[in-house]
Amino acid sequence: MFEAVLLTVITAATPLLIAAVGELVVERSGVLNLGVEGMMIMGAVVGFAVANQTGSGTLGVVAAIAAGMAMSALFGFLVLFLVANQVATGLALTILGIGFSGLIGEAFIGVPGLRIPSLYIPGLSDIPFIGPVFFQQDAIVYLGFALVAGVAYTLFRTRLGLVLRAVGDNHASAHALGYSVIKVRFLAVLFGGACAGLAGAYMSLAYTPQWVENMTAGRGWIALALVVFSSWLPLRVVAGAYLFGAVSVLNLHAQAHEMVNIPSQLLSSLPYLATILVLVLISANRRLTLVNTPACLGKPFVPDR
Amino acid sequence: MRLELVKRKERSQKMALLSPIIAIGLTALAAALIFAISGHNPLVGLYKFFVEPLTQEWSLQATIAKATPLVLIGCGLAVCYLSNNWNIGAEGQFVVGALFGSALPILLPEFESGATLPLMLIFGAVGGALWALIPAVLKNWFNTNEILTSLMLVYVASLALDYLVRGPWRDPDGYNFPESRMFSDAATVPDVFGGAMSLSTPITIVIALILAVVLAKTLKGFEIRVMGESPRAGSFAGFSAKRLTLFSFALAGGLAGLAGTMEVSGGLNQLLPTISPGYGFTAIIVAFLGRLNPIGIIIAGFVLALSYIGGEAVQSAMGVSNKIASVIQGLLLFFVLACDTLILYRIRFVSHHAPAGEASHV
Repeated sequence: MFEAVLLTVITAATPLLIAAVGELVVERSGVLNLGVEGMMIMGAVVGFAVANQTGSGTLGVVAAIAAGMAMSALFGFLVLFLVANQVATGLALTILGIGFSGLIGEAFIGVPGLRIPSLYIPGLSDIPFIGPVFFQQDAIVYLGFALVAGVAYTLFRTRLGLVLRAVGDNHASAHALGYSVIKVRFLAVLFGGACAGLAGAYMSLAYTPQWVENMTAGRGWIALALVVFSSWLPLRVVAGAYLFGAVSVLNLHAQAHEMVNIPSQLLSSLPYLATILVLVLISANRRLTLVNTPACLGKPFVPDR
Repeated sequence: MRLELVKRKERSQKMALLSPIIAIGLTALAAALIFAISGHNPLVGLYKFFVEPLTQEWSLQATIAKATPLVLIGCGLAVCYLSNNWNIGAEGQFVVGALFGSALPILLPEFESGATLPLMLIFGAVGGALWALIPAVLKNWFNTNEILTSLMLVYVASLALDYLVRGPWRDPDGYNFPESRMFSDAATVPDVFGGAMSLSTPITIVIALILAVVLAKTLKGFEIRVMGESPRAGSFAGFSAKRLTLFSFALAGGLAGLAGTMEVSGGLNQLLPTISPGYGFTAIIVAFLGRLNPIGIIIAGFVLALSYIGGEAVQSAMGVSNKIASVIQGLLLFFVLACDTLILYRIRFVSHHAPAGEASHV
């Protein structure tokens, strides 16, 4: 029982983890991309469609990443080069993504999906409990953790991370030092798009291997909330993602164990209510949020010439 | 060749008006491209989508009926966005308003009098306003991001509606279908002109006109604009950002709730598990396309409503999926935002080889 719950928590948490760590990098560079949901759903539909047509889960994942990046490039062009309002453009990206994914996905409704295979490490995977939980996941679960570790290391231990944070905290100074604010931000936005696309592919190729319209069901938005929850620190994203993964599978397990007197809709709304609660608790603590909030978050930058 | 933005000395009023028109033109081009890619004649597609619905009385009425909730919600959102309050949860406020408004005819079906409908509309507005006040209060008290909280509440509201129509509010004589009982005539917004349009449309236009006057001519309107453009200057004038957050959210929620009640009462005549094709989100596009100005929003609401009707038209006439409507809506918002750059900036093309002084101006 406990093992089964833990396994579903891992699969539920992985897309949140990946999308959130991508958005964290974007926000660290000073850009607020509210289009995570739109990029994620495009990743989900493109990943499913390509995997379905080619029979290759790997190609599906690659295509999903490309789709997420293409969407984020559109966002980046508007926000960075045309200095469009970031909040509104992010919303536009989500609306467009949901619309486009519905159009592309219409042919794939009800089509049986393809599941990314789990890894099998001889010996380790056979250990009771520890084996299934730690050594029998699919590659993307491990990739998610690698991403967090890589982002944490890059942000705080490398020159690249220093430049990225400088651009996000004070774009005028970074520009004066000769760094290209727009270029750094555009690359960060692309990275966020790639992560959101990957997270979407995980939804349609591993979590529930099928295409259902609107299947991300607000996970992109929850990923945005996780970035606030983590106060822009990558390692805390893991804690948040697993917390929300646990809340979102509660519904599944409660129904399986016949806790029928609780309406299923109430259980389904728990992740959203939990998001609000967590945002309130974190945001109420001014000191915690202000320390790490990128100072230029959401502020447009037009280089002087 | 490289693009460069050059800041204008002041906002270009001409571009503020031209930008949505350019955006609509670009959207039509993109739509033609999508028709062509999916193997249809783009000109026929554009005609069926954008023009044909305007040529017949019933489809014109259907378009106006669809525009009505969009305009009403868009007007409220405009006040939020003008004052820098990012309410994106109008869809949830619409649903909760519909629930509050429907409580009367569902729980007290025998109560049929001249007061039924007015009471329902008031309940609806109050319900939407209360739902919208949640993110506003959280923003004021805990500094919580209102974008995320207002959106999360959309999902909660939709699940609440689903629970009610499948559970306690299900029609006892409805053969277990997930729907509420039908509303009586006393609980129905009367039709006008004998078509798809109801009294909701004139009510909406009156509200939009009042709001236009309030925004342009009154102190409250001045407060909303000042606090949006320069909160610091506004605070010196004695305006309170927190009070305005509560006001703008309550107004937007109230109007969305009213729209929700009028939609279930005037259109559907009962509650169903889904009562909105995304009006609350489409209204965001309406608000921006309409320049956050109630008069502009009336026109923009009509344009976006046309995309719903046009989507159905191309589906039945050409076999194109009606999902194309939401793609076109999304593209439209993108193009509006991109074209709005021209309000504050000129675009200059710079060639890499030419010295800076010889750059050509456009």
